[in-house]
Amino acid sequence: MTRTILTVDDSRTMRDMLRMALVGAGFNVVEAVDGEHGLEVLSAHRPDIIITDINMPKLDGFGFIEAVRVDDDYRAIPILVLTTESDPAKKQRAREAGATGWIVKPFNPEKLVDAIRRVAA
Amino acid sequence: MDELEAIKVTFFQECEELLADLEGGLLAMQEGAGDLETVNAVFRAVHSIKGGAGAFGLEPLVRFAHVFETLLDAVRGGSVPNTTDLAAVLLRASDILADHVSAARGLGDVDMAASAAMAVELAHCTDPSSAPAPVAAAPVVEDFAPAPAVVAADDAMDDDDLGFIFVPQTITVEAQAADAELESSNTWTVSIRPKSDLYRKANETALLLRELNRLGPIKATLDDSALPALEDLDPEAAYVTWTVTVDTDQDEAAIREVFEFVDGDCELEITRGAGPVADPMASLLTVADAPIVVELGAPAPAVVEAVAPPPVVEAAPVAPAPAPVAAAPAAPAAPAQKATPVEVPGPGQSVIRVDPERIDRLIDLVGELVINQAMLAQRVGEYGIAPSSNLAMGLDELEQLTREIQDSVMAIRAQPVKSVFQRMPRLVREVANMTHKQARLVMDGENTEVDKTVIERLSDPITHMLRNAIDHGLESPEERKAAGKNPEGVVRLAALHRSGRIVIEVSDDGKGINRERVFSIAVKKGLIAADTQLTDEEIDNLIFLPGFSTADKISDVSGRGVGMDVVKRSVQALGGRISIASRPGLGSTFTLSLPLTLAVLDGMVVDVAGETLVVPLAAIVESLRPKPEEVRPLGPVGSVLAVRDSFVPLIDVGLTLGYRDQSPHPTDGVVLLVEGEDGSRAALVADAIHGQRQVVIKSLEQNYQQVEGVAAATILGDGRVALILDVDATIAMRRREGGAPRPTEPSLIAAE
Repeated sequence: MTRTILTVDDSRTMRDMLRMALVGAGFNVVEAVDGEHGLEVLSAHRPDIIITDINMPKLDGFGFIEAVRVDDDYRAIPILVLTTESDPAKKQRAREAGATGWIVKPFNPEKLVDAIRRVAA
Repeated sequence: MDELEAIKVTFFQECEELLADLEGGLLAMQEGAGDLETVNAVFRAVHSIKGGAGAFGLEPLVRFAHVFETLLDAVRGGSVPNTTDLAAVLLRASDILADHVSAARGLGDVDMAASAAMAVELAHCTDPSSAPAPVAAAPVVEDFAPAPAVVAADDAMDDDDLGFIFVPQTITVEAQAADAELESSNTWTVSIRPKSDLYRKANETALLLRELNRLGPIKATLDDSALPALEDLDPEAAYVTWTVTVDTDQDEAAIREVFEFVDGDCELEITRGAGPVADPMASLLTVADAPIVVELGAPAPAVVEAVAPPPVVEAAPVAPAPAPVAAAPAAPAAPAQKATPVEVPGPGQSVIRVDPERIDRLIDLVGELVINQAMLAQRVGEYGIAPSSNLAMGLDELEQLTREIQDSVMAIRAQPVKSVFQRMPRLVREVANMTHKQARLVMDGENTEVDKTVIERLSDPITHMLRNAIDHGLESPEERKAAGKNPEGVVRLAALHRSGRIVIEVSDDGKGINRERVFSIAVKKGLIAADTQLTDEEIDNLIFLPGFSTADKISDVSGRGVGMDVVKRSVQALGGRISIASRPGLGSTFTLSLPLTLAVLDGMVVDVAGETLVVPLAAIVESLRPKPEEVRPLGPVGSVLAVRDSFVPLIDVGLTLGYRDQSPHPTDGVVLLVEGEDGSRAALVADAIHGQRQVVIKSLEQNYQQVEGVAAATILGDGRVALILDVDATIAMRRREGGAPRPTEPSLIAAE
């Protein structure tokens, strides 16, 4: 069964990059442009894995992850945080919010798929 | 690879938007907006540019964006105060960032010295204790390095990200001491005691075991001695400890990397060698039993399901190679899956991207349709079919529909002028800096829509008008203070729709036009006679005459070999008009008006000396047949028409365009009362009116050459070419020549 990945990023470039890498690796991709939109897409598409940016308008990555984790239906979905942040504090905050793992931008498709494999059954 | 290139194109488009957002946010900050949302948006813009640039390996851009972002992050976090002075620095930095983006795109270069100096300035703003290194010391020229401190910090953090490379290996050392043989052993013992946090973050012990199994064959032992009785069990808690031996030729770092995501969420011990089984009570399990245990420790039913298909199970004890597991998540894509359409659901996302060429083609076709429909209507008229007949009425409906289709199609290509306007704040800053003036740009009507073909042509005239307003219009801060004005001048750029045209206004609150000087220059340059009587308005408009330049020496800014006459000509070539109004001491306003589209025009078709001309409807106030007593002679050849309470000059279009040498008496023809862009009126004499028609504009410049007094050409319903009259130019020609015919006027071949 093709697995569906939800990508949440306010940058069109980054969404396109993710889509290219993920579709190339055989995943189905749904997209959202910020955390709020991410929650809507989440309930509409029930993805198997979520990849999210941190800095976003409306609802940022931290808020988005927390909102996913408090929902009994979604709290077991693996969430990978995409970030260029070299700031360890930010990574730590994402983990506290409930992020399963992270991908440091810029990523290559192998790195991305590798991280997905590590968190997804 | 094509796909990547396409994304790169998207990236640069996005950069344009982000740079505009950045500038908008910074301008708001300069105006005193200190709210977190603005600062966040500004940060995100730079952050996103950096992120995308990183993906494409655009190093200089990434590095500059990084220093910029670091400062913005500090502002966002409150450690650097958000002041208007800072906003000014950030604005200059945003200009350099824009240069980096252009350079990365292969358009233009970055002034690396300025970029390096700015990077130092930004770093200094971030941390004032970092001495602002003298520019000379910056190790730059082609590639600056950000402040060394920043780099070092980065490196350290990167190491952290990679995970455990430099972690002291105490355990290994002890193992060495205990047994030298272990040194060569390929067996590692890993003890994992998950905490409940591990599951809360949707991590999974079974997946960790699967990852270990990729390194080599594993054997897992479960210690469930801490597991309470069922009634005491907290389903959210974790109780078990796994001891796993793995045979691998990989090193400890590779094993630790498996646990990168659960660092801190489990107790982890890694030792070389087979290691003793810690607890004699521990049940020896094959991995096959794992799901049962995990199920107990799992926080949510969903997790259990996720674990349930146990590919690990069979593979683990037997397979020496990690193959079977790897196949699961990274399954090679079937072609069908590759083609899976991407869904971008959600509200406000219903945007269709269309190749602009398709729209252009559609617009061309609709243009042909308009001509065709007009031709058809004319033929039907020629056959003498009654207007009340079904055929004629059907044709009327067709005309209505054609017009609606045309409007709708044009609306597709319409864009807000914002894309042009947003480039202007930078221009104003640069020109103000160069001319040592203080200028603030106020923009209005950025969302005014106009056809794409017009947008593309707006940039140059606006740029020139703004330069002119700052360079010639605004006074120096000292002069302004002396005149009792705010040292900072205001330049206003506005767009609006007015009677079917787009109007761009550029006004300043400077000193206004020095009419005496303009007049004397015009005389000196032989543009007008010294005894010419001109109204104030006419003197102001002298600056549009070819060969006129008020600057005594050509300045860096307004010079560049382009005078206002060139601007005027290029505007006229688009069927546009430009005029100026000035009040001494209070400032000047340039008004530029253009058709909303360069594709069609509503016009009045008239006969002049046997030629068919089209007069733009937008310029026509009314048409009338003058009575003899309303025509009064003025001067040797001129005459004026009395219209209600005022007199307007009579202009014989046939004479002005050189179709004839002798004007017929105005009472023999029809008069079109027209109004120029500057509000001046004139009465154009034609022989007959054919009626109103929408015509498709064909550029005369592209097909022939520019002709004064003629804006463009069109093809009429009967297939004949007709010229479209440039009303303003016609008025100007008559004004300049005092109504005298010009014997040297070239005849208009294009009309034949």
